[in-house]
Amino acid sequence: MQSDLADAGYIASDELSMALHLSQQLERPLLLEGAAGVGKTEVAKMLAHLGSTRLIRLQCYEGLDASTAIYEWNYQRQLLSVRATAENKLTADQVDEQIFSDKYLLRRPLLEAISQTQAPVLLIDEIDRADEEFEAYLLEILSDFQITIPELGTIEAVTRPRVILTSNGSRDLSDALRRRCLYSYVEYPDAKTELAILNKRLPNIDQQLAGQIVGFIQSLRKEDLEKNPGVAEMLDWSAAVAGLGIDNLSDDPVQLQATLVCLLKTQADIASIPAEVTQRLAGKAG
Amino acid sequence: MPQITRFPQTVKGVSERLSGFMQHLRHNGIVVNIPEYQLTLQAFSRLDITCQRDVQMACKAICVGRSDHFEKFDELFNAYWLNSGSQRFAVTDTASNKRKSKSIFQPGVNESLQSSEHGDASDADSNSEDDAESAHSGEGRLIASTIKNIEKTDLREMMTPENIQKAERLAYQLAAAMRDRRSRRRRAARRGAMLDLRKVIRASINRGGEPFQLYKRHKPDRPVNIVALLDVSGSMTVYAKVFLAFLKGLVSHDQRTDAYLFHTSLVRVSDALRDNDSLRAVNRLSLMAQGFGGGTKIGTNLQRFNRQYAAQTVNGRSVVIIFSDGYDTDPPELIGAELQRLKRRGCRIIWLNPLKGWKDYAPVAGGMAAALPWLDLFAAANTLDSLRALEPSLRQI
Repeated sequence: MQSDLADAGYIASDELSMALHLSQQLERPLLLEGAAGVGKTEVAKMLAHLGSTRLIRLQCYEGLDASTAIYEWNYQRQLLSVRATAENKLTADQVDEQIFSDKYLLRRPLLEAISQTQAPVLLIDEIDRADEEFEAYLLEILSDFQITIPELGTIEAVTRPRVILTSNGSRDLSDALRRRCLYSYVEYPDAKTELAILNKRLPNIDQQLAGQIVGFIQSLRKEDLEKNPGVAEMLDWSAAVAGLGIDNLSDDPVQLQATLVCLLKTQADIASIPAEVTQRLAGKAG
Repeated sequence: MPQITRFPQTVKGVSERLSGFMQHLRHNGIVVNIPEYQLTLQAFSRLDITCQRDVQMACKAICVGRSDHFEKFDELFNAYWLNSGSQRFAVTDTASNKRKSKSIFQPGVNESLQSSEHGDASDADSNSEDDAESAHSGEGRLIASTIKNIEKTDLREMMTPENIQKAERLAYQLAAAMRDRRSRRRRAARRGAMLDLRKVIRASINRGGEPFQLYKRHKPDRPVNIVALLDVSGSMTVYAKVFLAFLKGLVSHDQRTDAYLFHTSLVRVSDALRDNDSLRAVNRLSLMAQGFGGGTKIGTNLQRFNRQYAAQTVNGRSVVIIFSDGYDTDPPELIGAELQRLKRRGCRIIWLNPLKGWKDYAPVAGGMAAALPWLDLFAAANTLDSLRALEPSLRQI
């Protein structure tokens, strides 16, 4: 699994690879937790890429409800159809059958995910943002992979999707949900892993520069920042640095400081890393 | 007596050993049940179980459910399977031991052992704690002894189970007063002020467009979640028990409430507080609180709270309650800066200071003065009555 992922361009830790492997073998959903920007969402994308299946993504937010996540009837079409066929003298049953058919059903991500012929990867992103009621809804789907629509009956999964849930820990998830999932905590990568990621994503980067970048980022994470730079930021920054033609981080302090906009995302963070600190970090990294 | 996990030599077969391991995990605070056990066995059948690393990772993915257990798991795994029984996760059986190993101390772990060992002794402990307090360091000491002389009588009175229950009930009321919040958005409901037009039309479809049944929407409650930080340093000892009971009332009422103790370090105690037996929970907590002695580091602890927990627990709908007397060994600027940072999350901050109830008290202690600008409410909390008097102001918070 680990090497498969690596081939696809994702360097995973032992824990994560085993969790992914098991979730495939045991057909269990996998819950990923970790700080923002450590590549939780990327895992799902890579899985979809590996299995060359569809990625169906459900972004959770506060107030997300069943009609936007599971299914909804297309009321307007139903109404139109009732009006259009009013003269045809259909019996009530026939009308019913007509408007509560597949044609008038709007499939939202969850229903879509279980009705694919080829098992897709279902990514339920930032589940901690959704309300608790929605979490309860998910339980039925995650354990039985079936959805009940009162007018149509229960829809069983055609294939079992591979489910990845991610959480930033903005709210504690219920134990019931945790019990149904396998679990893995994704950390910021260590220097070696990060270097490997960088080389995977930007294969043309100069080795010395890559080493410096990783060293710089690693020590930047140790500084007291409000928002630590994640892997995605690291890659952005590397692309920026390489794109500007900087070969050595300690060469041009002014330019280096200017590129930090890729990494520091709040006013306080920018203020807490002045040019001197940047130089110190760059010096250490070199 | 520290319990040592030994690999049960007499046990044969993977499944039996595994069930022993599950028990070992349960003893150490990771809740695993039969489904996890079955799942692990299933997983083993698909893995090469001679590879230790694979097995370890597999167990980890299945048994662990939260981030704080995630790190702990490896230690527990090694302790059990590699037969190095002594590695068992920090059994902190004496107070002195605890002081040394405070970094590994985790709430919710081994408490049952502790409380069973110390259950009877805990009351005696809390009395002798007054003597031990002279050994505490920091600014808190002098002040604490003054208070103790004045407050001693009503403290003893407060430690009765009835009063602890009273404090708990009071906390319940106050929490309810704070929670009552309405949203601006609307949701479908059986009763409400507005019509749910969409639903009405949808329901009218099968009645030929006649709005036969009217559906309503209303504004749902958006309850506030409460985060409580209790100072249990030397200078606060006299109030600790009552406040702990108060905390317990807050926490057991609602799943969302979070509670922390701090003195020189910060401990999350929400889980320990959700014990059905209030007196036992309070005793258990007093034990935790006693373990660490010494001065208060309010600033450092707020910093730690901001870094570690605030992102998960504090948002615009939170109320952070700090119980502390404001006597701090950290520089006052730190408190100010950290409170400002906390404030930026949009929460409201309440500081309950037992000293404020005293005649002629002015918040001149450096830390307290620095904190004042960031507080939404700064109130007295030296008796149960003064806590009760908070209700109207908490309603408005």
